[in-house]
Amino acid sequence: MTLAPHQTSVQPVDTVTVSVDGIEVRVPKGMLIIRVAELMGIEIPRFCDHPLLDPVAACRMCLIEIDGQGQPQPACAQTVTDGMVIKTQRTSELAKEAQEGVMEFLLLNHPLDCPVCDKGGECPLQNQAMTVGRPEARFDEKRRTFPKPINVSAQILLDRERCVSCARCTRFADQIAGDPMLELLERGAQQQVGIGPDAPFDSYYSGNTIQICPVGALTSSLYRFRSRPFDLVSTPTACEHCASGCALRTDVRRGVITRRLAWDDPEVNEDWNCDKGRFAFLYTADGRVETPLVREDGRLRVASWPEALDTAAHGLAAARGRAGVLTGGRLTREDAYAYAKFARLALGTNDIDFRNRVSGDEEAQFLASMVAGRRLGPTYSDLDHAPLVLLAGLETEDESPIIFLRLRKAVRSHGLRVQAISAVRTRSLDKLQASWWACQPGNEAWALRQIIDGPQGADALAGLRQPGAVILIGERLAGVPGALSAAAALADATGAKLGWVPRRAGERGALDAGALPGLLPGGRQVTDEGARAQVAAVWGVRSDVLPSRIGRSSSQVIAAIRSDAARADADSEPAVQALLVAGLDVEDSPEAGAFRQALDEVPFLVAVSTHHNEVTERADVVFPSAVVAEKAGGFTDWEGRVRSFGPAIRESSSVADGRILAMVADVMEVPFGTGDVASLRAELDSLTPSTVTRAAAPQVASSAAPTPESGYALLATWRLLLDRGRLQEGEPHLAATARPTEAVMSRATANSLGVANAATVTLSTARGSVTLPLAIGDVADGAVWAPLNSEGCALLGIGATYGSVVRVTGGAR
Amino acid sequence: MTPLTPVITAHWDVPDYFTLEGYKRHDGYRALPKALAMDPDSIIAQVKDTGLRGRGGAGFPTGLKWSFVPQNDGKPHYLVVNADESEPGACKDVPIMMANPHALLEGVIISSYAIRAHHTFIYIRGEVPQAIRRVASAVREAEQAGLIGDNIQGSGYNLRVTVHSGAGAYICGEETALLDSLEGRRGQPRLKPPFPATHGLYADPTVVNNVETIANIPWIVNNGVEWFRQFGTEKSPGFKVFAVSGHVNRPGIYEAPLGITMRELLDYAGGVRGGDGTVKFWIPGGSSVPMLTADHLDTPLTYEAMAEAGTMLGTGTPMVFNSTISVVKAVTRWLEFYKHESCGKCTPCREGTYWITGVLDRFEHGAGTDPDMKLLEDLCANITGRSFCALGDAAATPYPAAMKYFRDEFEAATHTPVDETYPSAASYLFTELAPR
Amino acid sequence: MNPLTEQTRASMAEIIHRYPHKRSAIMPILHLAQSVQDEITPEGIAMVAEVLDLTTAEVNAVATFYTMYKRSPVGKHHIGICTNTLCALLGGDAVYDAVSERLGAGHNQTDVDGTFWLERIECQAACTHAPVMTVDWEFMDCQTPASAVEVIDRLARGEMVVSTRGPAIRDFQATEHTLAFPDDGLAGEGGEADAIMLAGLTVANQRGMSAPPATAQGA
Repeated sequence: MTLAPHQTSVQPVDTVTVSVDGIEVRVPKGMLIIRVAELMGIEIPRFCDHPLLDPVAACRMCLIEIDGQGQPQPACAQTVTDGMVIKTQRTSELAKEAQEGVMEFLLLNHPLDCPVCDKGGECPLQNQAMTVGRPEARFDEKRRTFPKPINVSAQILLDRERCVSCARCTRFADQIAGDPMLELLERGAQQQVGIGPDAPFDSYYSGNTIQICPVGALTSSLYRFRSRPFDLVSTPTACEHCASGCALRTDVRRGVITRRLAWDDPEVNEDWNCDKGRFAFLYTADGRVETPLVREDGRLRVASWPEALDTAAHGLAAARGRAGVLTGGRLTREDAYAYAKFARLALGTNDIDFRNRVSGDEEAQFLASMVAGRRLGPTYSDLDHAPLVLLAGLETEDESPIIFLRLRKAVRSHGLRVQAISAVRTRSLDKLQASWWACQPGNEAWALRQIIDGPQGADALAGLRQPGAVILIGERLAGVPGALSAAAALADATGAKLGWVPRRAGERGALDAGALPGLLPGGRQVTDEGARAQVAAVWGVRSDVLPSRIGRSSSQVIAAIRSDAARADADSEPAVQALLVAGLDVEDSPEAGAFRQALDEVPFLVAVSTHHNEVTERADVVFPSAVVAEKAGGFTDWEGRVRSFGPAIRESSSVADGRILAMVADVMEVPFGTGDVASLRAELDSLTPSTVTRAAAPQVASSAAPTPESGYALLATWRLLLDRGRLQEGEPHLAATARPTEAVMSRATANSLGVANAATVTLSTARGSVTLPLAIGDVADGAVWAPLNSEGCALLGIGATYGSVVRVTGGAR
Repeated sequence: MTPLTPVITAHWDVPDYFTLEGYKRHDGYRALPKALAMDPDSIIAQVKDTGLRGRGGAGFPTGLKWSFVPQNDGKPHYLVVNADESEPGACKDVPIMMANPHALLEGVIISSYAIRAHHTFIYIRGEVPQAIRRVASAVREAEQAGLIGDNIQGSGYNLRVTVHSGAGAYICGEETALLDSLEGRRGQPRLKPPFPATHGLYADPTVVNNVETIANIPWIVNNGVEWFRQFGTEKSPGFKVFAVSGHVNRPGIYEAPLGITMRELLDYAGGVRGGDGTVKFWIPGGSSVPMLTADHLDTPLTYEAMAEAGTMLGTGTPMVFNSTISVVKAVTRWLEFYKHESCGKCTPCREGTYWITGVLDRFEHGAGTDPDMKLLEDLCANITGRSFCALGDAAATPYPAAMKYFRDEFEAATHTPVDETYPSAASYLFTELAPR
Repeated sequence: MNPLTEQTRASMAEIIHRYPHKRSAIMPILHLAQSVQDEITPEGIAMVAEVLDLTTAEVNAVATFYTMYKRSPVGKHHIGICTNTLCALLGGDAVYDAVSERLGAGHNQTDVDGTFWLERIECQAACTHAPVMTVDWEFMDCQTPASAVEVIDRLARGEMVVSTRGPAIRDFQATEHTLAFPDDGLAGEGGEADAIMLAGLTVANQRGMSAPPATAQGA
């Protein structure tokens, strides 16, 4: 385990001296015996014990002897006291006998189906039975059986006869996830895990229960009967689904991913991950671009690598200085860095932007000022110790689920206060016991300013002034003018740490890598001559090679292409003649229609993509690139922590984006380097984090959300964790656990819109409409919430996004 | 001969004694004003001085328990009355609640005042609606009379009393399981420490006391320490509501000083009924304590003497079995009870009772084996001291105790079904009640 | 089966008020749901979850832990016969067998009409009154096989049967309602302690025994 670098001050700890198996040790007072033994390398068998769950001492497997106590004691629940003499099974006959007795009891009703059980080969019960169990069974009675298996959710199956009632899963659901939808039912020998009538265990974190089950009682639809643990090749990886930064383990069997597990990283995800990170990996298999393609006679055809590289190089070279680069938020930091470098060196442009979402100049300035190229922090550990965390524009459970878990842990362990500026009082806010400040979508800037100087803000202001307080903001504040300025001002006024939480895994890395119009790697400003010189030195070029004018954002690039056709003379802004687009989905763009037209109209389009999509089908040249599992790389999580990984599917011959760009650059005779991940990483690491001069924080005045006319409402929306996202494709069991697609509004709003009795409502814009079931909930008056991109509710497709004004009518249209 | 000393039971023959009026007519609620005029700590001290020990089975000193509650800690305190009487053989709290609910309530008010509780819960097992009604009715009467509520008798002391119906779970007699149950959860025992005195109901300081224990309090406050201590022994002071059941001619409630012997109680109860007129075995206080034989009839029924005899006083409700009874059958039935009531939380109790009942069932059918006897011994040893709470230990009690005195019956059950050796019908003792 | 109504919901709210934390009300509230529906139904679990802000799994976990909550309709009368050791050996087994034969039902089963639910119950805290039967949880003490069957026959004929230490038998649902709202006006039924509860007092009176009065310094 690595200690966070900022934990420099070590708190003095009361210690006690105890003896374990005759060895004296000094350990912190109040430590559990089982943890003390672990530290000493003495393994005490256990099933119910889990270091992140409250002790329950139910399985009784960890019984040990303590001098002076007549009966054996559970090591998982007893804390050490000074002078305690502890004897484990290694030195105590009493402990050994007790453990053997418990093991015999545990095996009574456990089936002998290890050969067909998913857990076989990695099963704590199997392993401990081999060491502690009796060679022969004495149990002659009828075993307890249950009809098998039952679905506790579409994804999770339960074989009750295998369960040892350790209650890890039910305690996880209740304590960690806050989703007590999985419970122990019945009692005595009939006690079993189960759910409510017709109420599946649809927790975003449900898969963790499989991983912590010490027997094979819980299995997943996805993995059940698919493989044996000893046939798998395991690789430590990092999750590509969001900016939480989970460490994972990816298990591959003959070149195919069979499962992913949460990997223990005490600083980040501890032992947990979310179900998207665990189960959404089948996208890696289908719909892939497998070879280079070039357009001939209006049609894409298979091409050789040299031909495709040649075509791309010539087309891009011809557009040098007039080309744009759109990378999206999914790239590894090394690949994003390769695009940033390629744009400057090969295309001579700063027209590069990773933001395929609502964004803007205020955000660009905010990121340049407060985030890009900065050191680690705030961190998960800061959340652990914070007295107060203020959330704005961020729904943690949907948008960064490990942040939610850490906040919940802090709420449970030391009473962290969470306050949320949000249009919706979500389930996660309830589970965090958060105080909810109802805020209409678009009023966040005003709300944040209220804390600084409003009459009601004094309490929050004082709270944020406490040492260790944290403000976490989500990326959708980019769409609220003045909100990021206000957040920066609030952090400045209070000294609270400010964390920006983007949704996609690659955003923070791309930002640090310089994939923005105004920024070079490490938060260096393109307009800063000294900064350009530093970058040029690393790149081995003269500094005047680097363009010095601030480039155009993604929407500006899109607009420029579309205006080019109409534009006779390109005066100050050069026309965009070519586009280089990495793995993004057009439909994720808030201006997807314009984007599509731009892709249609741009004279030359190069796509580097893992999958066929709307970009590749319009491209002149398409390069197949490697998915995350096929390559080495790293993501930078919301904390600014680099999460590097190696390839999980080592059999793959797919090539990473960085290497493809290097090959193109090579043909263009641009000095780029080899583009291999090690050299890209080395260069990037020399450039970020940095201590260069930052841009000033933005100071955009706040404005109020518009007041919708009668029949209209302000739209609150974000992506649910489980939705139509491309990277979730191919996993119906996961999709079946998604939260319902529905429109939610307050009773008052429903009344004023005249839809209070409607079963469904239709949200419409000039571009279209969606019809959803109506639910009444805690939503700011005047607003309606709906998921951004769920089945039957693709709001970007009707031009609606966070803060839009939508027409609301009852019933289906 | 130790005399009977009716105290709690002294007026049970008064037709309306279970009402406020009847109770008051016989000195009821005389202790309350005295108590409310006292400093709460001095009530705790007085109860401590009496040496009163908990009547629920464990015999923990009541005053000491009260003194563990941290005072002036700013937290709500709770008194919880354990009226979940479900131990096989125990049948004295339900009669107390039915015949003398106001003694319980007066005790509740005084005890709550002493520990600075302002809300008391009386957790009564759900299967005894008549006891629940009587207590609930008594609470209403007391509220209407200003004995419960705000500013009781002008003392400034406030108390709410809630009568809570259980729903069928012996384990809820275990105090921490009772607290979880009262919090609306499955009645499974909690880890200790922390103990209820500091982290009890809703994690606040809580005292859990048995019905009979609390019903002692009015007499203690009224009559004082010395009066109380003239009953019983140094270590087992006071009187006890004994309930004598089984093969006796007059089963019923007998209130007598602790230290009375089973032989004396048997005499009051009219002697052994049926069989050859002798006691084959008896159990002093619930199936969870080891059985004794006719050799122990002169052992005083005190906490200390029972411990010395290898058993416990328990609930003080002796069950008497005559010569017709098969020990194997009795033990099997008790184990089936523990299996049925095991909460499932810990492995030894959950799986152990499942296993043991299976083996005992074979003995009952004459199909036990010699190795099975050793196996049962092992299994009991693997439960004792390994289970989470005392239910497991209790389940591991009957077999070893039976083997100590009646090994031959288990040996016989390796070849002959117990029903052949001990025909069931020989044990039946039907008493016709007068029709109502 | 009766539906749960707004009245049920209002009664649940009333029960909640007895407790400082509403989850504590779950047991009497489940009794109330059972008093309306004769069993704990998924509908009942859903309503209890809603009024207590719990998940249905949490309610299910509690409802399945306690044996008095039933998962299928009990019928008009619940018949419990104690077959724990003492009652069983003193004749409870014979009482159970007779009633089981009379009803054509085994443990936790109903008769063919669904009128009577038969259950082997555990110790009822009435060992002095063995063998013990309960009808809708009201005591029917000191049974014989014949007396128990007669109780069933009379109930089947709709005749009045009075508990040996309680009120006239109503029905299972009425008792469940009492468990939710115990002050039901029937506390006075059954009168003072019966002869068995008075056994010791009777002997004491006969032999002139009593507890010593309070001493001066104690009082």
